[in-house]
Amino acid sequence: MRETPSGIEIPRVSGQTPTAVATQAPAVELRGIVKRFPGVVANDGVDFTLAAGEVHALLGENGAGKSTLVNILDGLYQPDAGEILIEGRPVAFRSPRDAIAAGIGMVHQHFTLVASMTVTENVLIGLDRPRFRLDERRYEAEIGRLAEAHGLRVDPSAKVWQLSVGERQRVEILKVLYRGARVLIMDEPTAVLAPQEIDDLFRTLRSMTEGGRSIVFISHKLGEVLSIADRVTVMRRGKVTAKGLPAAGMTKPDLAQLMVGREVLESLERTWLPPGAVVLSLENVEADGDRGVQVLRGVNLQVRSGEIVGIAAVAGNGQSELAEVISGLRPCHGRIMVGGEDIANLPVRKSIQRGVAHVPEDRTGVGTAPNLSLVDNLIMKRYRSRPIGHGWTIDMGAARAAASELKDSYEISAPSIETQARLLSGGNIQRLILAREIESEPRLMIAVQPTRGLDVGAVEAAHRLLMERRTAGAAILLISEDLDEILTLSDRVAVLYEGRVVGIMDAVDTDVNRIGLLMTGGEIGDTAAEPVAGPGAR
Amino acid sequence: MSLPFTLRLEARLEVSRWLSPALTAGALVVALVVSGLILMVVGADPVRVYLHIVGSSLGSIGAISDTLVKSTPLILTGLACALAFRMRLWNIGAEGQLLLGAWAASAVVLVPLVPAGAPGPIVLAAMLVAGFLGGALWGLIPGVLRAKFGVNEIIATLMLNSIAFAWIQYWVFGPWTEGGFQMSRQFPVEAWLPRLSDLAAAVPAFRGLTVHAGFLLALLAAVVVWFIVERSSWGYEIRLIGDNPRAARYAGIRIARNILLVFAISGGLAGIAGMAEIAGVVHRLQDNFSPGYGYTAIIVAYLAKFHPLRVVPVAILFGALILAGREIQPSGVPAMIQGIILFCLIASEVFLRYRVSVVRPLPVAGAAPGTEP
Repeated sequence: MRETPSGIEIPRVSGQTPTAVATQAPAVELRGIVKRFPGVVANDGVDFTLAAGEVHALLGENGAGKSTLVNILDGLYQPDAGEILIEGRPVAFRSPRDAIAAGIGMVHQHFTLVASMTVTENVLIGLDRPRFRLDERRYEAEIGRLAEAHGLRVDPSAKVWQLSVGERQRVEILKVLYRGARVLIMDEPTAVLAPQEIDDLFRTLRSMTEGGRSIVFISHKLGEVLSIADRVTVMRRGKVTAKGLPAAGMTKPDLAQLMVGREVLESLERTWLPPGAVVLSLENVEADGDRGVQVLRGVNLQVRSGEIVGIAAVAGNGQSELAEVISGLRPCHGRIMVGGEDIANLPVRKSIQRGVAHVPEDRTGVGTAPNLSLVDNLIMKRYRSRPIGHGWTIDMGAARAAASELKDSYEISAPSIETQARLLSGGNIQRLILAREIESEPRLMIAVQPTRGLDVGAVEAAHRLLMERRTAGAAILLISEDLDEILTLSDRVAVLYEGRVVGIMDAVDTDVNRIGLLMTGGEIGDTAAEPVAGPGAR
Repeated sequence: MSLPFTLRLEARLEVSRWLSPALTAGALVVALVVSGLILMVVGADPVRVYLHIVGSSLGSIGAISDTLVKSTPLILTGLACALAFRMRLWNIGAEGQLLLGAWAASAVVLVPLVPAGAPGPIVLAAMLVAGFLGGALWGLIPGVLRAKFGVNEIIATLMLNSIAFAWIQYWVFGPWTEGGFQMSRQFPVEAWLPRLSDLAAAVPAFRGLTVHAGFLLALLAAVVVWFIVERSSWGYEIRLIGDNPRAARYAGIRIARNILLVFAISGGLAGIAGMAEIAGVVHRLQDNFSPGYGYTAIIVAYLAKFHPLRVVPVAILFGALILAGREIQPSGVPAMIQGIILFCLIASEVFLRYRVSVVRPLPVAGAAPGTEP
């Protein structure tokens, strides 16, 4: 079952009890870390021990304090109290530069690469050496060797904008390795990867731990945590609820319960609904991407009332553009019929009026106005109509009333409805967007990555809301890179590859391997190729 | 060798209600102290200078009235900038729009567009409309360029200021000149905005008070702009576009149309400032009648944090400084103080987003007893 050869590396840790410091000091030890922000204690006496050569998963809901803890370890924040020991020696980091000098490097969830530069240049950015002249060949060769040694397939002379998301992540890892990191902090590294890329990443992580490096692995995907981690530390509300438990023998429900503090119902009630009328019908839809290259090449798809159709695709195969085309944000060719009317290339306002709701992929860049209040963000789609809009004025009283109602019923946790959206956590921003979009009672809902980066509790809530909409008769197009999610929610699954629908199947009699192959352009019947280590593969 | 602690900026997650006004007050105090030091270096007594500034701008009813006169065009142009800045449209062209508004209002009298001898209210109403339209049309030029062709509005508005200046010069030296001087003939009394001193016959205390109806117009404009920005659905669209244009597009808001509208209203407000200045103060069109109100307006709008109602007190403060400039030698002193105030206020913005924390490095290994958990 467990693919990680944890038994091989574990003997380097003295037994499995983390508190017993044996002959070899742990790679990292955090003792009694306290970090306060105005109004919250993000870390409240956190202890964390990372043994040399292990993959140690850090689990917790949004706002549990994981990010704060790793940011302290990375030198971004200074703790208000507590100690950091690296290989037994106390240290005080003032910046990430200090951290990397001590051998600690962070691979961020959002990449920090310069798109117009080559892989090699990106790896060298910020270093003291080379000083003046860049002997590109020499460094390319050096970085190429480093990449090869860890199974990081990427061309050192390629420009970053040409790379896939998976390759970009490898560049981030190379940056950290090149700086001599012994400890790698990976912040939700699998969030953007396809199943096969996850498999590659896990192989790389194993090769690094075999070389004696240690890894802090942050993820929300419990299946992945169980397949890669040697030990698991769980945080809840700033405190550690499970410290360094061995991952072997644990189950997903165990982990979920530790995270949420109660039992999580993993299965959703799915009522059988008779097939409804066709709400959305895409006919030969073509569109160009931002770079002027055609990304949708004749998409044909139908979504019926009371049906969830999941789009499975690796990032960059046209699924983001598909959502934009339907909501009117991107020009296209072909016909987009919603309730019998062609809305292709009509203004966004028209598609909103036709009952199209859109949960966008980019929550902070598109879905919200960061410096405006909760009220302003919640009325975005309905400030024109009563009771909020009266002709050309806005009834702020009605707007506030509507906003506080949504804040309560969707459990958006914020100090008040006047709080700026940027101060909300990721899960609460998504609640805000879902509240706004669902409240418009759409007949068609396009949900793009509705639960990416959310914790177990928030995922459960979002899934439940989508299922409720389905029962209420909405047609839902679900675009997600989380195959588990697609298989859990969808009635049918359409696989998008290079801008075409390469397969449509009923979700019930589909297996992950087949979808995975279609997603990567493989032929059906090719299943003997690579094993697919998706989240659902266990 | 090194300090026992270091200072660090950390991002603030929440901003308390009192912080912004406290920072503004603090920045003003720092600015006055710094200006005072400079005054001392050049050999002046800062306390006397400050008292003189206060005395000459706020020391008597007459002085206050003069301050309000100076602040009138600043309120209107400040509103013009605040409205555009709300949408992150950097309209630097309030000066040019003010000049064109003054020109269009003058045309009503000098062409004349309204028959000579028409009653005052009709002449003034026509001048007001003309002033608004003149500024609005001048503002629409960069608006169209930006909305249709993506031309940077900062460059366009700045360049148009120079053109507007030359345009006024042409008319006051050429077609409308009075005897070859760089000014038009004086407007008839019907084209003068009423002043408080006009009521001196009834209320003797108003004798000599120059404040004119334009000030009321400016206050009214502040309330109207406040209502538009804070209470109208159009104002909501402006705020949304200003904060996140992509979210605005996603919410179905037409951005190009809003750029045109905002530029028209913003230019129109500046145009009214021009109209009020010539109809309320100079009573003719002349060269250099604006000492750069449209530029000071940028500072006013910025200090008011683009809030329409806050523009009023800030504009009055700057009106007082402009007035004091005539009283103080060298006359550059108030300008220097203005500059230092602006500098301190902008610098204080940092503390709105970040807080300073003192970091003490943890003692080196071995020196920290009692660290065992």
